[in-house]
Amino acid sequence: MASGTELTPTSYMTHHLTNMTSSVGEGAFWTLHVDTLVMSLLLGILSFGFLWSVVRGATSGVPSKRQAFVELAVEFIDDQVKSTFHGDRHAFVAPAALTVFVWVLMMNAMDLLPIDIMALLYELLGLHNWRSVPTTDINATFALALSVWFLMIFFNIKVKGLGGWIHELVCTPFGKNPLLWPVNLLFNLVEYVSKPLSHSLRLYGNIYAGEIIFLLIGMWAATGLAGTVFGTMLGAGWAIFHILIITLQAFIFMMLTVVYLSMAHESH
Amino acid sequence: MNINFTLFSQAAAFAIFIWFTVKFVWPPLMRAIEDRQKTIADGLAAGERGKHELELASHRSADALKEAKQRAADIIVQAEKRASQIIEEAKGTAKDESDRILVGAKAEVEQEVFRAKETLRQQVADLAIAGAAKILRREVDAKTHADLLTSIKAEL
Repeated sequence: MASGTELTPTSYMTHHLTNMTSSVGEGAFWTLHVDTLVMSLLLGILSFGFLWSVVRGATSGVPSKRQAFVELAVEFIDDQVKSTFHGDRHAFVAPAALTVFVWVLMMNAMDLLPIDIMALLYELLGLHNWRSVPTTDINATFALALSVWFLMIFFNIKVKGLGGWIHELVCTPFGKNPLLWPVNLLFNLVEYVSKPLSHSLRLYGNIYAGEIIFLLIGMWAATGLAGTVFGTMLGAGWAIFHILIITLQAFIFMMLTVVYLSMAHESH
Repeated sequence: MNINFTLFSQAAAFAIFIWFTVKFVWPPLMRAIEDRQKTIADGLAAGERGKHELELASHRSADALKEAKQRAADIIVQAEKRASQIIEEAKGTAKDESDRILVGAKAEVEQEVFRAKETLRQQVADLAIAGAAKILRREVDAKTHADLLTSIKAEL
């Protein structure tokens, strides 16, 4: 739309779904999605800075409204973690869950900003291809899921020891019989590969699909009066429904993180 | 949908944010919340204790009231007994006093009567002597007729 040249549905979609890239080395791998990185960092600094500023002045007496709001969120996360993770959750798992939930929720929530108005704004800043929603970039969601995956392996080894973990890999879920070791190992390998994939792709797929639907509604709205009227109604409806999706997906991502980490802490 | 270096930078950012939350966001807030929970629990416990103490105090005050009533009743009974005793004593004393006064008065009256009789006797004797003197037309010598006069006086 903002590209100025001929505007076709394809160019519209392509424009909105292309990341701003920056090459940091040779080869396709050494590129950086600047928009994803900048937006996620910005949102992270904003939300965790807010949390920090509230927490710094936290009182154990009568809390201010802002502190009550933060406490509401923190206690919500704490309750969820408490019901899943049995151990000293305050040391790492619960704050990590808070980080995941707040950050993913904020990144998802960028999806609610009107996509074309935001594109216009970015164009004014000289940013031609700039995607607002970091979680529609597979790199972002996969980075989170992979970090959780490594944490999972780290806690597996830390809690059970390397031997304990390997023992669990070859002896569960079917049994200790040496004949079953290859089957067990294969089973666990599939599980270990599928965990980060399903974890990241679930979030990515949901938010990406939501973005695509916003784009389709936006395209319909450009076709005439009827399209504008129905596009507006559908866009509003989808945005309201999307509030549920972004929250739900952030919650699911957080819960899966907690579940994976608590599974790493428990021996079978 | 191409995996590239963004993944690593994003993961690094994620690690930093987790570290920040673990270190600076979670502990102070949890401390504040736990402190408040403790304060509230203490307050509730104190309230419970106060209620219990109030109950005990009301029991105690009821007991004290009962005892005080009992004692007041005892005191009244004793006082009534003592009052009647005092009245009885006063009656006794008054009776004794009146008897004594009565006896004194009687004795005095008797004395008066005796004295009056004596006076009367003397006067009668004098009168008799005077009468006799008149009859004898001469002075009766009181000294010479003293034993006679005394016998007459005794007869009177």
